[in-house]
Amino acid sequence: MAALGAPLRTLRALLRELRLAAGRHYRDSPAYRHVLAAFRAHRVRAGPPPTAPCPALPEQPRRWAGPRGRPDRRSPQVTSEKLCRAQQELHFQAATYLCLLRSVRQHEALHREYHGKGERSPEEVAGLVGFRLPQQPGGKG
Amino acid sequence: MPRREDLYSDSPGGFEINLDHRKLKTPQAKLFTVPSEALAIAVATEWDSQKDTIKFYTMHLTTLCNTALDNPTQRNKTQLIRAAVKFLETDTLCYRVEDPPALAELQKNEWDPVVAWAEKRYNVTIGSSTSILGPNIPASTKETFISHLASYNMWALQGIEFVITQLKSLILSMGLIDRHITVEKAVLLSRLEEEYQIRRWGNVEWAHDYDLCELRARTAAGTLFVHLCSESSTVKHKLLQD
Repeated sequence: MAALGAPLRTLRALLRELRLAAGRHYRDSPAYRHVLAAFRAHRVRAGPPPTAPCPALPEQPRRWAGPRGRPDRRSPQVTSEKLCRAQQELHFQAATYLCLLRSVRQHEALHREYHGKGERSPEEVAGLVGFRLPQQPGGKG
Repeated sequence: MPRREDLYSDSPGGFEINLDHRKLKTPQAKLFTVPSEALAIAVATEWDSQKDTIKFYTMHLTTLCNTALDNPTQRNKTQLIRAAVKFLETDTLCYRVEDPPALAELQKNEWDPVVAWAEKRYNVTIGSSTSILGPNIPASTKETFISHLASYNMWALQGIEFVITQLKSLILSMGLIDRHITVEKAVLLSRLEEEYQIRRWGNVEWAHDYDLCELRARTAAGTLFVHLCSESSTVKHKLLQD
């Protein structure tokens, strides 16, 4: 499985790219809502682990049960963190989409910077050396 | 300003993109319909990101969908698969230099593990070569990849073939499709010699970074496209029938 880093980091970066792409109303955009909903849906839930655990990742250590051996009831959803295939697929998809948005933005910025300006107009060229083009309302004649 | 919900709509044939109360059409004037909602959302986002001018060269997902819908090269599934597997004969990862030794070493360290992964994952022999003729790929290896690619639908195959032509490597593309490597890594490995030269001689932003960003964008789009067209649970199958 590809080395992706923390899912939360990917999510944050992806939401940031969507915000940059969409502008003011980014929170209403279908992409923003879809990404958030997908990540929420795949969050690890409390309860029994899946019957067919995915082999890719080692199981995370169980939370420390406390000094008297009582189980930690504060956050039940992280009791057993086996990431399933669906989560891995979602994370990879999110990282890929992040790469797409980021690369398009960077490519466009480079295009504007180096390839977008084109030739100068005759007025601009004249202005470079302090001239103004003559006015010829009737054309060249 | 269009309401967010109006950017795309669901129909029996698939998902359509709405532009200012008109439906988006392909270059060949077909109704633009995609089989996956997530893909429709991503395409709608591409259109929504355009400001004063429509910059088609940045709209890679739209372009991929147009290719899938119009099939301008008129290729059927068999032809697409054959074109994809043919790339193995000239796969970047199989063509090794002997000089300079530093580059040869870099190729060995960076490319050998990915070739080994592909050989193990698909139970095939690929190898590599310093000869100008390239590696000798056994027929059985090609058959394995042909039959593996046949399991993908036509849309996904258009995406796979696109990624292969961008990266100039079937092996790297399979690494991406199988989620073994990230897009950034695949692009780096595809451009290994360029990266080596850049580190030796220096980076030229308007050329090197420009090419790098463009290749990353296209590869990311192709990879995402393949995955979104392959998810059986969310995809409308009618559109994907061959």
